[in-house]
Amino acid sequence: MDNFEPEIVAFCCHYCGYTAADMAGTRRISYPSNVKIIRVPCTGKVDAIHLMKALEKGADGVYIAACLEGDCHFKDGNLRAVAHVEKIKKTLEDLGWEPERVAMMNFSAAMGQQFAQAAEEFTEKIKALGPSPASQATSKAV
Amino acid sequence: MITAEQKPLQEILGYIAPYEKILVVGCNECVTVCAAGGRKEVGLLSSAIRLNSAKAGKKIEVLEHTLERQCDPEYVDQLAELAGQVDAVVSLACGCGIQTVASQYPIPVFPGVNTKFMGASESQGIWAERCMGCGDCMLGITGGICPIARCSKSIMNGPCGGSVNGKCEISPDVDCAWQLIWDRLVELGLQDRYEELVAAKDWRPAGGGGPRKIIREDLASSKIITEDNA
Ligand code: SF4
Ligand code: SF4
Repeated sequence: MDNFEPEIVAFCCHYCGYTAADMAGTRRISYPSNVKIIRVPCTGKVDAIHLMKALEKGADGVYIAACLEGDCHFKDGNLRAVAHVEKIKKTLEDLGWEPERVAMMNFSAAMGQQFAQAAEEFTEKIKALGPSPASQATSKAV
Repeated sequence: MITAEQKPLQEILGYIAPYEKILVVGCNECVTVCAAGGRKEVGLLSSAIRLNSAKAGKKIEVLEHTLERQCDPEYVDQLAELAGQVDAVVSLACGCGIQTVASQYPIPVFPGVNTKFMGASESQGIWAERCMGCGDCMLGITGGICPIARCSKSIMNGPCGGSVNGKCEISPDVDCAWQLIWDRLVELGLQDRYEELVAAKDWRPAGGGGPRKIIREDLASSKIITEDNA
């Protein structure tokens, strides 16, 4: 398990999450390459099914990086996103999966440093959990 | 519309445990609107079933399909090919849809939802019971508020002694239907109507006379009427 490199999918909103990731890049702050970013117009567009599909296809962890609460460019997209995250955590719990494989994060566009740090911490957390049952089933992981 | 809620996942997983290939079928009507059994929920449940099989180290194939309507044989006919490929079906339609699918295919059909009541949307994500299909609608004399579905005791001449400050005695969160009826009659200037006692209700049209059926002779073909329903 020591050399387990998780696959992590991060749905990042164009205005904050993605811009924060970009900011980390511009400032040359590195974060784990395990994190694969999917840019979305607004995290309100990330439905529960997108989180489930990512896990089903073998992601070991999935998170949503949205604007800070109250700062969504589309008013309340990030609140919708957090509701989806909570719903999927509950589903994972019902299935005996670790709900921590799914997470919600909030950043302002300027929080490049925090984005990188959170990516690092999430990757470590997923490493500690080990490969997800689905990624084991597709025998991608170690 | 008819409202429903998804069953606990473990119950559904228990039903399908013996099978290797299943079909999850949704319906585009009421259960889509109340987010219990439309295309989206079919996808989510199918995904959850796959995640569960990954965890259990079991192989299961899940097919997904959503019908325009699941309570009409014409639409359910469209499942013929898919139903022929699977060992069992999980239906996310209301009880009417589930039974229609079960009546047409010789494989086990399991409910994926609990069908709740005939209700209306109060606001996004909230549905409340509004009608119990009593077969002899009284809304014309109750100011448009149903005493059958909305009064906890379904009384005809309310309120009862448990009505306090507009709330029903069963819970401070439940409006007293008869308070609502009175307020509405006042608003309409129809207080006189309240003075007329409503006779004891005949519950036969409400289902007390056995399973109910509507036959519209102008719509049903004569063949169907004579052979199936006569
Ligand atoms: S009176 Fe009967 S038909 Fe009318 S809304 Fe109430 S239950 Fe439904
Ligand atoms: S308090 Fe009102 S709603 Fe509740 S049972 Fe009595 S009459 Fe019906």
